[in-house]
Amino acid sequence: MAENRPERGPVYAMIAEYANVTAAVRAAKQVREAGYTRWDLHSPFPIHGVHKVLGMRPTILPWLTLGGGLIGLLGGLLLVWWTNATMFEGVPTTLQGYPYIVSGKPQFSLPANIAIIFETTVLLAALATVFGVFALNGMPMLYNPLFKSRRFRRVTEDRFFILIDGEDAKFDPRWTRQFLESLDPLSIEQVHLDELEEEESS
Amino acid sequence: MADPHGTTRSLDDAIELGDEPGRWQRGLAVIAGIGLVAALGQAAMAEDGWRRFMLAYLVAFAFVLSLSLGAMFFVLLQHVCRAGWSVLVRRPIEAMAANMPVVALLFVPIALSVVLGGGEVFPWAQRGEPAASAAEVAPASQAQAEAEAAGAADRAELYPHQTLDDFTLKKRPYLNEPMFILRWIAFLAIWGGIGWWYWRQSTLQDGDGDAGRTARMEKWSGILLLVYGLTVTFAAFDLLMSLNPHWYSTIFGVYYFSGAAMAVVAAWILMLMLLQSRGYLATSVTVEHYHDLGKFLFGFVFFWGYIAFSQYMLLWYASLPEVLGWMQHRGLSTDPAHVEVFGSWAILALVLLVGHFLMPFAGLMSRHAKRVRGVLAVWAIWLLVMHYADMLWLVMPEFGPRLTLGLVEVGLAVAVGCVFLIGVVRRGARAALAPRRDPRLEESLGFENF
Repeated sequence: MAENRPERGPVYAMIAEYANVTAAVRAAKQVREAGYTRWDLHSPFPIHGVHKVLGMRPTILPWLTLGGGLIGLLGGLLLVWWTNATMFEGVPTTLQGYPYIVSGKPQFSLPANIAIIFETTVLLAALATVFGVFALNGMPMLYNPLFKSRRFRRVTEDRFFILIDGEDAKFDPRWTRQFLESLDPLSIEQVHLDELEEEESS
Repeated sequence: MADPHGTTRSLDDAIELGDEPGRWQRGLAVIAGIGLVAALGQAAMAEDGWRRFMLAYLVAFAFVLSLSLGAMFFVLLQHVCRAGWSVLVRRPIEAMAANMPVVALLFVPIALSVVLGGGEVFPWAQRGEPAASAAEVAPASQAQAEAEAAGAADRAELYPHQTLDDFTLKKRPYLNEPMFILRWIAFLAIWGGIGWWYWRQSTLQDGDGDAGRTARMEKWSGILLLVYGLTVTFAAFDLLMSLNPHWYSTIFGVYYFSGAAMAVVAAWILMLMLLQSRGYLATSVTVEHYHDLGKFLFGFVFFWGYIAFSQYMLLWYASLPEVLGWMQHRGLSTDPAHVEVFGSWAILALVLLVGHFLMPFAGLMSRHAKRVRGVLAVWAIWLLVMHYADMLWLVMPEFGPRLTLGLVEVGLAVAVGCVFLIGVVRRGARAALAPRRDPRLEESLGFENF
């Protein structure tokens, strides 16, 4: 049992194990009703509609995508304008625009430029999305204290876990354990920060 | 997928149309009659009214054909990717895709005008020397004769493709009356066959629950999409591109398809909303299904814009003399001399740019717009109107340099649209409103966007 082991640094979280979706989701509802705010549900596969149970707020990712897209749009526009239609004095030759008439079209003509602007818009929107996902999920994360738990390994197979963060305002090792025990888990385990302790203090 | 609430949803709302369809059909028939009379009335009084009537009829026909073809695309698409989410809402587009017999009936006036007429719709179908036909009209006075000759000369200068010149005559081996009719018999037979077969398999499955039918529908969907793509491309060339035999655009089939796919999603959303407001499928179709249909709508709005721009940019860049006429007639030229003559079509072109692409693109981008029923309904109605405007912009510039949108156009659109809808309602009433024994029905009932 975890409490018999010597303390090994601050508590990272307390996890409760469940055997199936129904039990895990039922417990999750009660965790939320009990007023915990920093907690999570881990599952081997996506559970449809679980975001309502977890009380997840909508992600800001779409706004990052939109922002990236708009920057790509304006950047692309600036790029084609600068390179195709400008020639300023005092600009170093390597950065200078190169006005050149192609196919009898005006130097700055939108139809010809839209293809470029479209591509830069898509590119930056996609990059903002990918790196936005990384940033919002705190990646890259090479180590997580949960990796220390032998039980937790089955979360990629057939087990479901409810996790209550040690930094939750309502977290108390004794009361939280008692509360989790009332939710009928297969097991309860306290996970410690261990090695992370050094990094946390620096 | 497992449901966190521990409940499995089932198809327990009303899915059989009772005696309502009879009332709907009578109502639609009355509206169609009024529309036709209004169109005929204005056409009879207008100058060159018959030609305008036939071109406006082509606009309306291109519109309803695109609905059936768009529906057929989505039926095939759902099967080719073995979609689960859409099973519940698939029946309305199956009915629309299977409505080809009515579309074929509506095609008869166009076929007759090609066979019996004098090229009032398609310039390549005219006979003899077109210059002579202007002189044949017995003039009342010398002055009037001169004025008319001058008018015909002006017209020939503005619309060089509407006289049978060498350019058009070179295309006669393809663009001629018997070939046109034969091609359209083939198109309508192929589409009719596809639509009918999918309708039949799906409705028979309602009775026997045979999952093998789903497997067969999936098996054929890939090759049939190929057949579909080729027939739609050549049909669009025949029906709309050949209005100007000088002009050519290899992407034009895709252009017509992109508008069709967008319009049918709009029609699909509105049909479901109408059914739900009448109490059918009231609880089983949820905001999750509308959300996915909204994604389709958004995607095809952008697809249309992408294709329309691709076509425009290549024509603009190459500036080939024989293809510029088509652009000038539709207001796509910024030359002041062209703007002066065709300016009203330029306004419609700008309306399409903003209303068919930029506005709905921005408006449908957000997740909320797709999940709020009222917002989605407004966009669906708006985009159907825009699709009609697109068809109008493709066809009516052939009639004259001034934008024509009056009782002839609106009346015919209403009449043809109502006849089309009568066909859809008649077919829809013959089966349940959802494929109730499809093996993926449960997946569709429990569908949620993550």
